[in-house]
Amino acid sequence: MNVVTRPSIPGETEQPSLATQMSRPSRFGDRAFEWLTLAMALAVIALVFLVGWQLARGSQLAIAKFGFHFLTTSTWDPVAEQYGALPFIYGTIVSSLIALIIAVPLSIATAVYLTELAPLWVRQPLVSLIEMLAAIPSVILGLWGIFVMIPWLKAHPFPLLKTLFGWTPFFEGPIYGISMLAGGIIIAIMILPIITSVSREILRSVPNLQREAAYALGATRWEVTRIAVLSYAKKGLAGAVILGLGRALGETMAVTMVIGNTPQIKASLFAPGYTLASVIANEFTEATTDLYLQALFEVGLVLFGITILANLIAQVLIKTMAGATTTRAVQ
Amino acid sequence: MQSTPGNNRRWRTIKSAIVSALSFIAAILVVAPLGFVFFHLVRSGAGAVNLSFFTQLPKPVGEAGGGMVNAIVGTAELLGIAALIGVPVGVLGGVYLAEYGSARSNRMLRFIADVLNGVPSIIWGVVVYGLVVLRFKSFSAYAGGLSLGLIMIPLIMRTTEEVLLLVPNGYREAALALGISRWKTIVHIVMKTASKGIVTGILLALARVAGETAPLLFTAFGNRFWNHSLREPIAALPLQIFTYAISPYEDWHRQAWAGALVLIVGIFFINIVVRLLTRNPAFRVL
Repeated sequence: MNVVTRPSIPGETEQPSLATQMSRPSRFGDRAFEWLTLAMALAVIALVFLVGWQLARGSQLAIAKFGFHFLTTSTWDPVAEQYGALPFIYGTIVSSLIALIIAVPLSIATAVYLTELAPLWVRQPLVSLIEMLAAIPSVILGLWGIFVMIPWLKAHPFPLLKTLFGWTPFFEGPIYGISMLAGGIIIAIMILPIITSVSREILRSVPNLQREAAYALGATRWEVTRIAVLSYAKKGLAGAVILGLGRALGETMAVTMVIGNTPQIKASLFAPGYTLASVIANEFTEATTDLYLQALFEVGLVLFGITILANLIAQVLIKTMAGATTTRAVQ
Repeated sequence: MQSTPGNNRRWRTIKSAIVSALSFIAAILVVAPLGFVFFHLVRSGAGAVNLSFFTQLPKPVGEAGGGMVNAIVGTAELLGIAALIGVPVGVLGGVYLAEYGSARSNRMLRFIADVLNGVPSIIWGVVVYGLVVLRFKSFSAYAGGLSLGLIMIPLIMRTTEEVLLLVPNGYREAALALGISRWKTIVHIVMKTASKGIVTGILLALARVAGETAPLLFTAFGNRFWNHSLREPIAALPLQIFTYAISPYEDWHRQAWAGALVLIVGIFFINIVVRLLTRNPAFRVL
């Protein structure tokens, strides 16, 4: 036993020292505690496998029956037991792209404002407001979407878009309000905070030396930002955008409430759509037959696959860009 | 056209000012939805938040009044179950990441935790449905709480790790030098020092899942009445808001706004309290 011995004091009895008494149980305690915490940390790996396994097991029948056609056919007809997920894949991708087109410029510009331009006293309050926006539950944003945003969109911006761009296939047809475009806009609001705060962390990790060098060459503020900061942070910002994409793909409640939930593929953004997440939310409890439920599990499997992929890419980009400081914002 | 250097300089300065102004406008646009949503919540919801909202069960369609007391209590119960699952796993896992493990294995675990964080919440609902609801053939409070608890695990793990890493190494060394065993050092010295931060992380994770609806749709399922056993379907505030919002009834819409106002005030309250408690930026979690 490896206990440090101290010189014995005269008169002391030959009892084992306090250190020896404690060492045995505490060693066991040490080992047990380490194993316990390890087991808990490994839970994250177990969870990834659990999710994958559960979704695959739940969709066995559907995978066997439809095979690859599940992803490429567009008939979703529970009565005829025909299930093709293409309209949902299409809806998920299109609504997420609309969201990115709106949210990315706004978020990155805000991040630039927060790190490069804003007066110091503005920064912290603004960051807190953005965090509060992130804290709004999806269902509340959806509620606001149904009763405030949709009527407004229907009354003003949509007719305007129609008169301006009605000749393109993207803005033709009747305006119902609930539409792919409304879904994209609500997702944009949901992903603004995450792209902004991750971009902000990325920009903050750009060394000041970069900025000082550019200023020393006589660059204006915008030139410093563009040349020294943005180009340096390109990769990390791409990570932030893809992370936002990952969130957009899986966004459920708010989208379900405004997108119209119609399994169709229409070029017009004024037409209702459907997403992978919202078909699960809407139809899961109505799935009366085994195959129906299995098909919905398979939709979940597809959704899990693409969001995991997006998150993997995003994390790699963000982590190669900056050290541990940025990981916090990723949550 | 020949531009003199002076001219050029002025144009560059103007351009810089324009971009500054644009980025300022972008910042305003980003926080604008917060203002709009909050304004409408107060305007449409405040009128329906009264004593009966907190004391009565929902009324059937057509009868005015009623409340959401069962949903409020239900959300509290679900959060309690979620905390029982998410807190021990998350906190102890965070301890491992901060105190044990090699740099490489920890980097991988951290990575996976962050990826797990990006899994859409509805997926957790589907997984728990397959795991619990199908097996026990009933929607239940347990299933709902489990799905929320699983969402909390990576969140709490990462915040716990971060606050533990803030504890100076000198504390650990001093304790170990006194002959205190490693695990006691971690529990009594390191975790105790960081306890405020750990609690902060837990509260923020709770605030985050308190508003989750998607994972509860087919686990907790919702209930118009009191829940008498955790093995039965249970009401939750976000679920009730959803059901009422998509219903065609005017009365229910009003109730949905009221419920949303109560929910958001609760969530903001936790967030603000937590931020006032810990001004250290390392404790801030999105």
